[in-house]
Amino acid sequence: MTTFPPNRVVQDNAAIKPIIQIRNVTKRFGQLAAVDDVSLDIMPGEFFVLLGPSGCGKTTLLRMIAGFELPTEGQILIDGQDMTGVPPNQRPVNMVFQSYAVFPHMNVRDNVAYGLKIARTPKKDIRDRVDEALALVKLDGLGDRMPDQLSGGQRQRVALARSLVMRPKVLLLDEPLSALDAKLRAAMQFELADLQEKVGITFVTVTHDQDEALSMASRIAVVNKGLIAQMATPSDLYEYPANRFVADFVGSVNLFEGKLIVDEPERAVVECPELGRVYINHGVTGPHEGTVHVALRPEKISLYRQGEAPPAPDAPVGHNLADGVIKGMSYLGDITVFQILMPSGQVMRVSRPNLSRFDQEDFTWEDRVSMRWHSSSPVVLLA
Amino acid sequence: MMRRLRPAIAPLDYTRRWSMRLWVGLVMFFLYAPLVALMVFSFNDSRRNIVWRGFTTKYYDKVMHNDMLMEALGNSLTIAFFTTIISLVLGGLAAVMLWRFRFPWKTAVEGAMALPIVVPEICFGVAMLIFFAQIGWPTDMPWPFSLGAITIAHVTFCFPFVAMVVRSRLASFNREEEEAAKDLGASEWQAFRDVLLPHMKPGLIAGALLAFTMSLDDFVITFFTSGPNTITFPVKVYSMVRFSVTPEVNAASTLLIVLTVIMTSVALYFQNRMAQSGKGPA
Repeated sequence: MTTFPPNRVVQDNAAIKPIIQIRNVTKRFGQLAAVDDVSLDIMPGEFFVLLGPSGCGKTTLLRMIAGFELPTEGQILIDGQDMTGVPPNQRPVNMVFQSYAVFPHMNVRDNVAYGLKIARTPKKDIRDRVDEALALVKLDGLGDRMPDQLSGGQRQRVALARSLVMRPKVLLLDEPLSALDAKLRAAMQFELADLQEKVGITFVTVTHDQDEALSMASRIAVVNKGLIAQMATPSDLYEYPANRFVADFVGSVNLFEGKLIVDEPERAVVECPELGRVYINHGVTGPHEGTVHVALRPEKISLYRQGEAPPAPDAPVGHNLADGVIKGMSYLGDITVFQILMPSGQVMRVSRPNLSRFDQEDFTWEDRVSMRWHSSSPVVLLA
Repeated sequence: MMRRLRPAIAPLDYTRRWSMRLWVGLVMFFLYAPLVALMVFSFNDSRRNIVWRGFTTKYYDKVMHNDMLMEALGNSLTIAFFTTIISLVLGGLAAVMLWRFRFPWKTAVEGAMALPIVVPEICFGVAMLIFFAQIGWPTDMPWPFSLGAITIAHVTFCFPFVAMVVRSRLASFNREEEEAAKDLGASEWQAFRDVLLPHMKPGLIAGALLAFTMSLDDFVITFFTSGPNTITFPVKVYSMVRFSVTPEVNAASTLLIVLTVIMTSVALYFQNRMAQSGKGPA
């Protein structure tokens, strides 16, 4: 199996065969289509994340790859092999469950060794491979502990080791970090990415947490209502969302409806009744009928006292500017988020880094402010 | 004035109110005084049970050498043993079925299983008597097959208890553990043996002890299903009482009490442990 350096997208390399191919897969529970005609390819060595709100069908998709659910229509191929009719215990993938599902009556070693024992691996090999796996997840020395003597994070490591020891072609992770506290979660995000790099196994993870997805993934598929809303690298997903759902779900965003009044290769202007004229330094591609949405990220807006905003160097006068009154502030330590009420009655969300200790004192409630943004910041959404 | 050293009695400090203590004392007395008297008088050196005439263990000796009583005890233990084994298998499987599968009439099946628990024992006994008479169950089989009818009757009221205990244990099972086993290559049977069965174990042990105890001290149903050659311990004690209540009866009863108390304590211990491990991390 060829593996790739992590965090590099290997989508268009014809020489590399995808490790997982999902072809027109539909899963219906009664009338409801949990997964609706989804097709996607996952390449070897990827850290692939299925991101979506709860009930969007992402877990169903993962369980179909593992073999715990059967597709109503379509097929799933793993390493070129059709998995239709192959039960979970014969698939070359392993899963880390949301609850970790560590066997409570076995100690750590026996948990990790379980799959190898079932496969009738020679005793000596089992010992070596279990040691290796425990070292990999930094649990060496804890082999004789029972699961109820471990912390949540340690139990997750047991689940990881138990799967990795099988040397699967793909490791599936169902909400791997959701049960951990915030600090540990942040640490585990790095560690999981690190681990994936070390073992070179393809990881497919399901999560509803966008931070988790952005920090770990080499590629993310955003799933909504059984459909893939967008599939892209983390930065593309954030900077170039394909539709309103993705823009809103990944990160926070200000959305405005408007009419596209200028659309040329080098510039576009959107007239938004609630925001004014938005100037964009590139053309809009794709079919549209005049009505579009403009997405503006809170951190891409600069804040000034009213009237003190310097004219925008990259946009015509009167464009990419808005006035308002600060109606809400939340100080988050590293940044402060402002809710700014505009004359149109719309509220704009603006975040501002606290670069010095006194930055938070610059603005306060009821201050009249001007907002300005760069012409590369707005994203025009057609859907 | 002297300082009050003890804090005032709080509304929920029931055990510190003398009226409550008296109440508890009375309840305990009425519940346990007869049992204590029975046990004490088993050591009474007298043919009668009324006046205390000194300590002796000769009635225990007598019980041990009462061949008919010992034969009855042997019957009881044999019946209890087989009842436990069969109830364990039937009850365990019924519990797994009700927990795992959805099928039409499931609620009806569940209700029907609880029937032997709620139907009055006397009705059950009569029903058993009529049933075995109707089908012409042979009464002249050699030991231990002669105990078949009683064992069958015992199984019918013991296995629902096993099923109930095991099922409540299964409710705390994390299905992902079974999936994890299969994901690691285990077959359906291997996953059952390695993951589900160990989880069921405390429930099975508690259920088994429950079934054993209930079978051992059952009188009503046994009375209707036992033949002349298949007397059990409780039935034998009953027939001894009909002649006269001698300290020998007391001694025999004491033995039965001690046996069942031990078994029930062990069952409770396992049920307790089960409740605790159910609360712990999944």
